[in-house]
Amino acid sequence: MSTASTFQDQSKLENSIAIPEMPDRETEPTAAAAPATVAAPAATTPTHAVELSTPQSHSAFEAGTAQLEAETASDEALEQDEVPAKNLVYKVNDLNVYYGDYHALRNVDLEIEANEITAFIGPSGCGKTTLLRCFNRMNDLIPTARIEGMIEYLGVNLYDSQVSAVEVRRRIGMVFQKPNPFPKSIFDNVAYGPRITGLAKRGQALNDIVERSLQKAALFDEVKDRLNNSAMGLSGGQQQRLCIARAIAVNPDVLLMDEPCSALDPVATTRIEDLMNELKQDYTIVIVTHNMQQAARVSDMTAFFSVDVASETDTRTGILVEYGKTEEIFSTPKDTRTEHYVTGRFG
Amino acid sequence: MAFGKVLDDKTSARIQRTVASSISRKGVDKKGTAFQMVLLTTLFITMLILVVLIFDVVQGGWEVLTTRLWGFMRGEIGSGTFPERLGVQQGLYGSFWIAVFVAVFAFPIGIGSAIYLEEYSRKNKFSRFIELNIRNLAGVPSIVYGLLGLFLFVEGIPFLTGPNSNGRSATSAGLTLAVLVLPIVIITAQEALRAVPSGLKEGSYGVGATRWETIRYQSLPYAAPGILTGTLLSMSRAIGEAAPLILVGATTGFLGSNPNILDVGSVRERFTAMPIVITEWTQKTNTVNEDVFIPSAAAAIVVLLVFVLLLNIVAIYLRHYFEKKRES
Repeated sequence: MSTASTFQDQSKLENSIAIPEMPDRETEPTAAAAPATVAAPAATTPTHAVELSTPQSHSAFEAGTAQLEAETASDEALEQDEVPAKNLVYKVNDLNVYYGDYHALRNVDLEIEANEITAFIGPSGCGKTTLLRCFNRMNDLIPTARIEGMIEYLGVNLYDSQVSAVEVRRRIGMVFQKPNPFPKSIFDNVAYGPRITGLAKRGQALNDIVERSLQKAALFDEVKDRLNNSAMGLSGGQQQRLCIARAIAVNPDVLLMDEPCSALDPVATTRIEDLMNELKQDYTIVIVTHNMQQAARVSDMTAFFSVDVASETDTRTGILVEYGKTEEIFSTPKDTRTEHYVTGRFG
Repeated sequence: MAFGKVLDDKTSARIQRTVASSISRKGVDKKGTAFQMVLLTTLFITMLILVVLIFDVVQGGWEVLTTRLWGFMRGEIGSGTFPERLGVQQGLYGSFWIAVFVAVFAFPIGIGSAIYLEEYSRKNKFSRFIELNIRNLAGVPSIVYGLLGLFLFVEGIPFLTGPNSNGRSATSAGLTLAVLVLPIVIITAQEALRAVPSGLKEGSYGVGATRWETIRYQSLPYAAPGILTGTLLSMSRAIGEAAPLILVGATTGFLGSNPNILDVGSVRERFTAMPIVITEWTQKTNTVNEDVFIPSAAAAIVVLLVFVLLLNIVAIYLRHYFEKKRES
């Protein structure tokens, strides 16, 4: 009930979020491209160029963390120093999720790092989608859902009463299982986010965002001549890439993907997987997948979830069994349940 | 080859015979055909009733409609003494204003309630209780709404609905019928909103849209064809209602001889409406002017049917328009 009421109140809180601002990563590629092409005059002042290019070579996240640290240094310098090496995007601490009386996910502890692809695998009903939907507070839309425990996003408690779910979703994009383009033109689909968030309402600025997002989603060349055609006329794979373009058009930090390839054929799946590897440079990606080969192919980290059946009551609960580097999960899993699952003996 | 070896001719011929006999048609599917015939009969009965009804009224009103259609549309309700002056103008005006009241009051309130119930209210016992009641209200006989209108609008607020007519005005009638169709508008709009795919809403929330933005830019455009069709169909229901109008004081022959349809002041005066005109005229059987009133009643029914048909055509057109807009 508490999450539901938070959602009810979200409109009031829209302007009162406490998440630190990440730098606009859109400046990054432009700045990087500039010296190579038009910035010949800039090369005449070499010292500055070198100084400038060094921070640009860092990932957007590192820049963001630096800024975050700078902002918080004055009051909480010590806390930041405890974890100097890791760039944590998510820190999940003893998380429990319920749908009404149903205990969907139990005691989950998990840390997700920036610019990595983290895969959630496991049998149906193990709570992997539930956890993913907690990461951008999509579960707020389900009235009976409630959570206990803590999810920290860049050090901020996502479910704090001061945090607006709407703002959270602007920073944490989501791609759904079934391609769900809006019944509008291809252009309007991508422009929807920038328009409502006020990033760009119309004109060249909006055109640029749409083009760049479609390019990042590896769709632009296929649709550039028919941007005003309905998105419903695209193939399933194109629709899903359009949904990815729609998600990245609002400059999120994180992309959550809920079985993005389950409705697609192998060719389209390969395209999305290649795309994920490219997007990983700019975004932190969390993907839920039923396809273990996919997890092995694309992810850096893998979390294996399973269903725990309580013997007396026959109640089923999702649990996180094992979390680690993907190659370790698939080659030398520590838990026998993981081993059984990844070798195909169960699930 | 599933058998693992090449078959000799005799064996393969035997297999062929067995297969042919097992998949060959074994007589007619009697039950299936009988069921299909029953369904066809029911459809036929429906169509027959409709055709008989339309044929009957068109035939009855044919002379009036063909010889003096314009005069009939402009004519007064009258007493039958001057059959050439008889007509439905006042009835059309009354029905027009009733339609306006329904559109102004029932549509926004009904659609608003539906949006709240579908998109905002928590699904709990109380909201279920409200929805159950709305469904029951849709089934309440229209005469009960007439009583409600009499109590609320005629006797309750005559200073608003009709200072000179003791509240018996087109305003009262329009408000009564607006209340009558309100549950229908709410239910159809709710159903249209419920049919919006959840993926569409999630996609919208997923890029950081607020609930209002999601409703405004996704749910409402998607549900618009359904909402519109439902509301316009409820409008035709309101226009065809007679019983509640009798209770809120629809009368005949009291209106001015040359009313102006766009005269807003007239909505607080005495009024009549198409169904009332028809009722009045059909009651004139076995009177001196029977042969004047009965064909005129039939002609008035045709006029009302055309009126309703036009509304439905608009509904279909709008539905088509919004569906096309939704897909492009």
